Amino acid sequence: MTTNPIDSVFQNKDQKLLNVYFTAGFPTLEDTTKILKSLDETDVDFVEIGMPFSDPVADGPTIQESNDVALNNGISIDKLFEQLGTVKGEIKTPIILMGYLNPVMQYGIEKFCQNCVEVGVSGIIIPDLPMQDYLRQFKQLFESYGLYNIFLISPQTSEERIKLIDEHSNGFIYMVSSASITGAKADISNSQEAYFNRVNSMGLKNPRLIGFGISNNETFEKACQYAKGAIIGSAFIKALRKSTNIDHTVKEFISGIKNN
Amino acid sequence: MKTLEKYSVDQYGFYGKFGGAYVPEMLYPNVEELKNNYLSILNEDSFKKEFDDLLSKYVGRPTPLYFASRLSEKYQTKVYLKREDLCHTGAHKVNNTIGQILLAKRLGKKRIIAETGAGQHGVATATVCALMGLPCVVYMGEVDIARQRPNVERMKILGAEVIPATSGSKTLKDATNEAMRHWINNPVDTHYIIGSVVGPHPYPDMVARFQSVISEEIIKQLSNDFGIKHPDYVIACVGGGSNAAGAFYHYMNNESVKLIAAEAAGLGNDTGKSAATTQLGKEGILHGSRTLLMQTPDGQVIEPYSISAGLDYPGIGPIHAHLFDSGRAEFISVKDEEAMLAGIELSRLEGIIPAIETSHALSVLSKKKFGKNEVVVINLSGRGDKDLDTYIKWGKY
Repeated sequence: MTTNPIDSVFQNKDQKLLNVYFTAGFPTLEDTTKILKSLDETDVDFVEIGMPFSDPVADGPTIQESNDVALNNGISIDKLFEQLGTVKGEIKTPIILMGYLNPVMQYGIEKFCQNCVEVGVSGIIIPDLPMQDYLRQFKQLFESYGLYNIFLISPQTSEERIKLIDEHSNGFIYMVSSASITGAKADISNSQEAYFNRVNSMGLKNPRLIGFGISNNETFEKACQYAKGAIIGSAFIKALRKSTNIDHTVKEFISGIKNN
Repeated sequence: MKTLEKYSVDQYGFYGKFGGAYVPEMLYPNVEELKNNYLSILNEDSFKKEFDDLLSKYVGRPTPLYFASRLSEKYQTKVYLKREDLCHTGAHKVNNTIGQILLAKRLGKKRIIAETGAGQHGVATATVCALMGLPCVVYMGEVDIARQRPNVERMKILGAEVIPATSGSKTLKDATNEAMRHWINNPVDTHYIIGSVVGPHPYPDMVARFQSVISEEIIKQLSNDFGIKHPDYVIACVGGGSNAAGAFYHYMNNESVKLIAAEAAGLGNDTGKSAATTQLGKEGILHGSRTLLMQTPDGQVIEPYSISAGLDYPGIGPIHAHLFDSGRAEFISVKDEEAMLAGIELSRLEGIIPAIETSHALSVLSKKKFGKNEVVVINLSGRGDKDLDTYIKWGKY
């Protein structure tokens, strides 16, 4: 089997990896591919595309609102695959899809995996998919399609469970920076540092990217001291929300994060 | 609170194929803490004593089981009403909030959050928080706040903070989302009191156990007061389904007792304005459990409609999804108009103004023929004081 593009990124670059999240079909339905192409022209390392859901419980107001707007625009998983199909082969950055279990379940998990491979998706994040269900119903399927499933850990996750998650993860572990929903906090505190250090001392096989609360160059740089890189979502959605020129907004935002 | 067999929760938190705990990792430790502790706490002698004492001296239990002679005469059968409407705060909801706050205290929690639709569960939660001196935050949809003003004020008088849920459709499901988000942000010191047999395991089982006092009393009262071994039917309304879970609980494995759940059909199941989940829903995942769910083909949750805010929920407790799926309970759809007429009928025949949720259960009497000597127990889950505005607007009395 060929190497998953997520692994290739970690093999080629050891630090300050940037994963940027945006919601499919937002701010307008056709912006999905525009944003994707613009991000691909920057030196972003991963692109995470949100599949909107009516009830995103792990997300704060910014991403909730983008979900509502995108659903009103007519986005669906089917439509997203159609959009990704139009840029197939053009995008070099690994694509990860993030979404809640219910829409994926209704779409049909096997069909979902087939289409992910078809349009060049490398990894999946389903925050409300329990480990036991993953192991019983999804793992074999994901592996047979070469898709990586990415799990989250939080400051409250026990060491025993982190080890279990590490054992069954591929690509990287999504290290949620604080006890919070997305977009809730905008700084990194001492207790968070202690948590990052604790996880780093565990000798895990998977690298970590830190997400939640990363919004600018300062928080990005700080997060990168404790992990291979970081994930930015809400701050990028806020920038897109008021954008009049998508390409310009994307490039300005990324250059602001990387401070180059 | 003895364990059941066929229809009770299994070791993984499932009722048949429904249930489980589909929560993001940030909620996993909270839910796990509850799962690992709830049964041992519920079985402690000191817990049982405190729970029973409060139910009798504070809530006013046992609630009467009342033979409704004029209603029985009208429908040519034997109708018994379980008077949960006489509980303190006006509905069965307080049985659960008493249980959960005692549990929260034993887990060392310092503050309480809750969601509410019509406001009954919010009031019941604010009440026990005042009783125990714990701070209380209640999430309520902005739309519901506007249509249930008296309950909002009751919560405030009791010292609770009411926070409007402004996301999505701004009703019960969104209030539940907001409460879950609040719990993610406050994982250590806060207990989330869910108001129905919904949510991730162990909530459905825990809430059903607290509400099971309803059927425990029905069994005793039928036997002691009326010399009846068991009823032929137990009828209750189902939104999430906590009062039905309590009324069915000790009868679930006794198949000689037929169970009937009344669901809110709004303007009708073919109108797009209904909340009858078993008729319109299909298997899906919402608020942490796999259950029947009203949704689009793309898996987006549909906002239901019912004249009764308490039945206005797009899902149903996994225990009820299983009772439906297995055929153990019969589910009957009741429209707004039918429920309102049944509410007025009870008022005129028995001098009891029921909650509109409860009126859905009462309406089953006119939709299904019962035998002259059959014993039909209806769970009168709440009183109608909170619904006066709705009765007035409807106006046909």
